Amino acid sequence: MALHNIEQLLEKYDNAETTLAEEAQLKVYFAQEDIPQHLESYKLLFQYVSDTRQEQFTKALPLQPKRKKLYQWISVAAIAILMLGAYFQMNQKTTLEDLNHEELLAYNQTMEVFSLVSSKLNKGTNSLGAFKLVSSKLNEGAENLNYLKEFQNTAKRIIRND
Amino acid sequence: MTQTNFLKLVMPFKDKIFRLSKRLLVSKEEAEDATQEVLLKLWNNNKKIENYKNVEAFSMTMTKNLCLDRLKSKQAQNLKIVHSNYQDHNVSLQKQIENKDSVHWVSKIMDELPDQQKMIVQLRDIEEYDFDEIAKVLEMNETAVRVALSRARKTIREKLTNKHRYGIT
Repeated sequence: MALHNIEQLLEKYDNAETTLAEEAQLKVYFAQEDIPQHLESYKLLFQYVSDTRQEQFTKALPLQPKRKKLYQWISVAAIAILMLGAYFQMNQKTTLEDLNHEELLAYNQTMEVFSLVSSKLNKGTNSLGAFKLVSSKLNEGAENLNYLKEFQNTAKRIIRND
Repeated sequence: MTQTNFLKLVMPFKDKIFRLSKRLLVSKEEAEDATQEVLLKLWNNNKKIENYKNVEAFSMTMTKNLCLDRLKSKQAQNLKIVHSNYQDHNVSLQKQIENKDSVHWVSKIMDELPDQQKMIVQLRDIEEYDFDEIAKVLEMNETAVRVALSRARKTIREKLTNKHRYGIT
């Protein structure tokens, strides 16, 4: 292409009036080796442009955010199920009629054991009555001590008066 | 949308997202992080994606917003982004001269532009977008895009010529 033409294009290029096609022409022109001295700076520019175009993004892209969401919901569901289970478990009331033979046997045995324990406990509390008696007597004795104190006081007074 | 479909959809412009974020964030690692985040956001919304008319423009806008946010928070924290991807200048004299002489300059000059101009140059010159596409991505009107682009191109050229002529850095 004629030098004159190129200079005109460059003028337009500087004013940002060139089309993409014209810029492509310039790029082709400046890709060649011998460029007139006064246009050397453009050559650098276009060389830089074509160099930078080669740069590529090479880092790996970790794409698996979709599963993460699913796992979150699984945990929510698990908690909901747990809570529901606990709720129903607490609401369940079993009566004696629901039990089968073996369970009934076990129930009766436990009840027997419990009643045995409670009767023994009652006996124990009965024998505690003796202690109560002792303590009441002790209180009585302490009250009697008061008389003694009073006697002592009067005795002291009499001695002082002498 | 399945994973393969999503990858097929994203494939053509994932590099563009990366290059735009690198243009803004400068460091390669930061840009990779940002790209990853944008793509993951897209994937998380993959049910809505099918309704979007132009997924690419939408993603580019997302990238722009994300990167600008990051830059802002970086500034607020008073942290400077590490320019870790600049080449080591001490490799050899030959290499050093080559780097200085050529493309490296342009990248330095580009880094000095305001964010908006950076993005416009990136989208127009490197990704070859139409003006109306750029306007859509950057949420600006077309005239403003043209003006900013022209300004950016002139700045770049001026600085390049200066450096070329006098070697001023």
